[in-house]
Formats: sequence, structure tokens, C-alpha cells
Amino acid sequence: MQKVLTGNQAVAWGVMCARAQVVSAYPITPQTTIIEEIAELVSSGRLNARFIKVESEHSAMAGCIGASQAGARAFTATSAQGLALMHELIHWAALARLPVVMADVNRAMAPGWTIWTDQNDTLSQRDTGWLQFYCETNQEVLDTILHSFKIAEIIKLPVMVVLDAFFLSHTAEAIDIPAMADCDAFLPPYQGDLIVDVDNPRAFGGMAGTDVYQEFRYLQQEGMDQALQVAVDVDREFRQRFGRSYGLIEKYRCEDAETVLVTSGTITSTARDTIDEWRDRGEAVGLLKMRTFRPFPIEMVREALRGVPKVGVIDRNICPGFGGIWAQEIKAALYDLDEKDRPAVYGFIAGLGGRDVTPITINEILSKTHHPEKTDRHLNWIELKA
Amino acid sequence: MSPEVKGQITYEIPDREIMSSGHLACPGCGAALAMRTCLKIMGPRTVLCVPACCWAVIDGPFPYSSAGVPVVHCAFETAAITATGVRHALDMRGVKDVTVIAWAGDGGTFDIGFGALSATAERNENILYICYDNEAYMNTGIQRSSATPVGAWTTTTPSQHPKEEPKKNLVEIMAAHRIPYAATATVAFPDDLTRKLEKAKAMTGFRLLHIFSPCPPGHKSVESDSIKISRLAVDTNVFPLYEVENGTHYTLSRQSKDVPIKEYVRLQGRFKHLNDQAIAAMQERVNREWKRLLKRIECSE
Repeated sequence: MQKVLTGNQAVAWGVMCARAQVVSAYPITPQTTIIEEIAELVSSGRLNARFIKVESEHSAMAGCIGASQAGARAFTATSAQGLALMHELIHWAALARLPVVMADVNRAMAPGWTIWTDQNDTLSQRDTGWLQFYCETNQEVLDTILHSFKIAEIIKLPVMVVLDAFFLSHTAEAIDIPAMADCDAFLPPYQGDLIVDVDNPRAFGGMAGTDVYQEFRYLQQEGMDQALQVAVDVDREFRQRFGRSYGLIEKYRCEDAETVLVTSGTITSTARDTIDEWRDRGEAVGLLKMRTFRPFPIEMVREALRGVPKVGVIDRNICPGFGGIWAQEIKAALYDLDEKDRPAVYGFIAGLGGRDVTPITINEILSKTHHPEKTDRHLNWIELKA
Repeated sequence: MSPEVKGQITYEIPDREIMSSGHLACPGCGAALAMRTCLKIMGPRTVLCVPACCWAVIDGPFPYSSAGVPVVHCAFETAAITATGVRHALDMRGVKDVTVIAWAGDGGTFDIGFGALSATAERNENILYICYDNEAYMNTGIQRSSATPVGAWTTTTPSQHPKEEPKKNLVEIMAAHRIPYAATATVAFPDDLTRKLEKAKAMTGFRLLHIFSPCPPGHKSVESDSIKISRLAVDTNVFPLYEVENGTHYTLSRQSKDVPIKEYVRLQGRFKHLNDQAIAAMQERVNREWKRLLKRIECSE
């Protein structure tokens, strides 16, 4: 079935397709239309779930944790300040190895108050043990919600599905809604094996001494390592069933490229057009779309960028005191390449607080990467007002 | 002076033990005794959600547990909402005959968990919330909470400057949410505790039990005095035993003995810096609160 949906509606419909059983959420712009749509789906009986209308994002995640620990498929959605408020429990869900799925609509952090997009909210949850997928289209949003529950339940780690505020969340496009029977075949009901059961009473999350805690962390990392392959397998199975595939990263016109731009989120779509224009002019430029932030697909990135002379990373985020976060990760991944294969990596900060990243912006970044004589190797602010 | 307490029945406490020995509570711990009694009544089809509090330790370290029922350890401020999540998940799985209990100390209830508690009560979630109240952050080394009584020493209210503010009245606040059931209890009156647990178990919606829980290391009392102290808390009217149904119907559970507060205070080192004048002021406050409670009961009838 084709339907015209906004990115936020696509999240809600993905949650319906996944037959989430408990939704625990609190409103925040620009996430609100996700939970409004879910409220409609639950009220109309199209989604058989409990919707706990909590008093804070902190409780939203705690509700998901309780529900997931007791064996239900649990979902929440938030943005920015809400995600930050959840932070303690974001760690908790991952260390408790609970397959919670959360959508975050990327919104810049206050102050000053802003509702517009950037990635600082989600990227600063890097070390919490959640998988993170960044979406480019509304179709990808819905599909990634389905992927995420499946991956989460296999590897017992929570997953964040990330979409740009307004550019995706409030922009409609025609998307394909998979049939419920196909969704059910792809994603069977959740059968947790370590869940609350009065016939087999266990304590979950009790005191961990110095003799065991480090091993919990080791196992969590092992789960992340497995996630790389599981995510690939799930993407492949999805393609076989539904005919669509995304990969953990996507190379776009990278053949023999002299310069490659690295993007994430909706900037990718704009950059595709710019790359096409440059290619039409005969320039050897390409694009690497980063869909997966955690686990970071180190080998795939190395393979994609091995031997490329120049790489420009566009960061709609800033790690103050260092620079762009994606650039930092890309550089770390490339460090172990032989020097002759190791690209020069140029970092660009653009589009913070929802500022438009237009073809003009991308052109400037591409030029500065392709002709880097006056470009800083580490950190370049684009369209910065004087 | 006190209204007559009608229909007092002695309840039988089941012989069965759900909780096992080997737990990590201090000698004379009221919270351990409260849990033991609670699980005897509630039985094995019970789930406990335990935030950071003494019971997060008492239950035992990974991979051990002394409760004998599933224990979901949860973040400090999340007992009520974690229990809510568990409840909805069990409902969705068709598991209806299990009681979900949020089991939290006074810090997790009166202070850091209060927002989630209030919201969970307002939504009338189908859980039983039990606060075992030892009147300070005992697990972290006896720091004051908003459940600490006026005049008490704690490590953050040293005896030169003991706590100046009165204890927050939890049951009145929760009653103002118009929840189906709120009641006080102590381990010194296991028959009363039993009756209230059985009553709460049979109800649906949000139920709250506030259990006064002596703590020898924190109250600076003798281990063998714990029952005596919790009995005196009731008989001095410091911690009256009563119930509130639907937020408005107050019922007294035990006649007042009007024992002078001095009898209660002198057994606890946390009050030893108080002079006669300070104790008289405490007595006055207790009398005032007691009269106010009697008025509420009177209005209910």
C-alpha cells in the first residue's frame, strides 16, 4: 500500500508494522506528531498496545525498560532536551541488554531555545551502548524501525532511529507500507529468554562487584561486534522480502573518485544532486552516506575510502574542543590504513541549529575539499556569519 | 479523645516464607522484616521493582537474590514507572494474576522519585507502591531526606544544626491524588500490616503503603529495640496507623495510647542532642498533627 506520510508518521506506522506492545512517551517538539499518530493507531485498535503517557522523558525510558524487562516489545520517541533528560536510563537500557527501540528527531540543544535540527543530541549519546541509524528518507525511517526491532531482539541491545527535524519529521512523501502479514513474517513476536517470570524468579541488575562488571561491558562490546553482521543480514533479508536495502553505509558514485564527501541524514539527498552535477562536468567526486553510527562500521569505511586522496566530512554537529563528530570517527577508522592509502580528511561544520544546507553550501564544501590549498585539515566552519 | 476503632480483627500471618535467609540487611532492620511479612502475604506471584535504596543491597549481589520472587532493580527515581512498565507488559502477555510492587525507600519516594510517583498515581496505574521509610538516606550513610523528622541528627544535619523542617506528609499528598488506597503500617503490628496488604492485594488501581521502618545504624538505636521503637512510633502518635480510601475516606487503624514522645525519642541516638524544650516542641507538633488527623477521620464519617 502506498501512502503519503511525514517522517514522523512513518515512525508511527513502522511501530504499528512492528506490533510494539508498550509505548511509553512524553511530548516534545518536533517529535510530537509521532506520539499523536501512535495515540490514534492505538485508540483505533490498529495497534494493539499500551500507551503510557508519562510525565517526563526520564520516565518514558524507564517505562520502556520495565516493559522490555517483562517481555514486551517497547518503543519510545523523543528529541534533544528529552533525550538528554533520559541519559541515565539510556545507559541503563543498554547495560540491561534490553531491545528497546527509540526514534529521535534530531533537534539542536538549548540554549537558545531552538526546535530546528542538528545531531548533537544523538551523537552525544555515543557511549551509551545503543545502536544508531541515521535516515535519509521517510521510507528509510519506516523500514529502519522494522530493521531495528529485529536487530535489537537478536543482539539484545537497544536501537536509536534518527531523523532530521522538519526536513524529514514534518515533510511528506509517498512511501510503501508493507503488508502486516509480511511484517509478521519478517519480525515474529518478541520472545525474550531473560525476562520477568514469577515461575522462574530472577533478580535483574543487582549489585555487580569488581569481579563481574568488566565482563558485563565485554559482553556488551561483543554484542556490538555481532550487530555489524546482524544488521547486514537483516538488511539482506529485508531486501529479499520487500525489495529495498540500505546497507550500513552507502557508496554513491565513488568509482575512481579523487574526492569523496561523507554525509549523514537529509544532507545526503542534497549532496547526491551536487555530486551528480560535478560528475556531469567530468569531475571525479563521490559520496559516502553514513547510515550507521554505532556500531561504527570501521572496516566498511576503510574499504570505501581506501586510496581516496581527499575526503570531506560534513558535520551537522560540533564536539566543542575537538571538531566535527563524524570527522573524528572517520579519521579514527582510517588511521590504521597504510600511509599511501590514507586519505586527507577535511572537517566541515555546517547547518547547526537547523540552518539550511543548500546545494550552494555543499558546492562550497566540495570545492574546499577538491581544491584544499586553503582548507584547514581539521576544522572548517561553513557559511559562518561575521 | 480518639474515635473508636471498629471491627478490629486479628489476622493470621501465613507460615510460608518466600524471602530466604542470607540477605544482607543489618541486624534489627525494619525493612527486612517488612519485606518478609509482605511476601508472606503477597505470595510467590509477585514482582518487585526496587530502585537504589537499602533493599538494592539487602537482596544480595549478582547473581544472588534473597527475595524469592523476580526483582527488577531500577534507577533511583523510577520505581513507580518501572513497575508500571512491568505491569503493562505482563498485561499484554496475558499474565493477570501477578501483583507488581514498587518497593522503595524514603529517598526514592519522598525526594528523587516523587515526580514519577505522583504521575503514576495520577494515572491510577495498577500497581502497589510500598515505601519503607527509615527517615533518611541510610544506604549512602544517613543523609537527611524530606522524610527525616524535625530535630533529627543526620550526617548532613549535624547535631549543632539538626533538621529544622518537619517531615513531608506522604499519605496526605498521595490521598490528594484520590487514589483508591493509601495506608500507613509498621512492622510492630504485623496483623495490621497483613490486613492492609491483603486489602491492597485485592484492589486494582494505584495503592500505596507507607511502612515506618526502624534503622539501628541510622537511628542510632539498639538492634533489639526495633520493634519497640516502631510500636512507640504508633503509640506516641508520631506515626499513626490509618487508611485513606479514594483519597477522602480516612479510617484510624489503632487507638492512640497517647504515650509521651519522650519515650520514643530517648531510645534513638539521632535525637540525643535535644533538650527538654525541643522535645516539648516536638510533642506539641505531634499533638497538632494528631488532632488534624482526627478531624479528617471525623469529616470522613
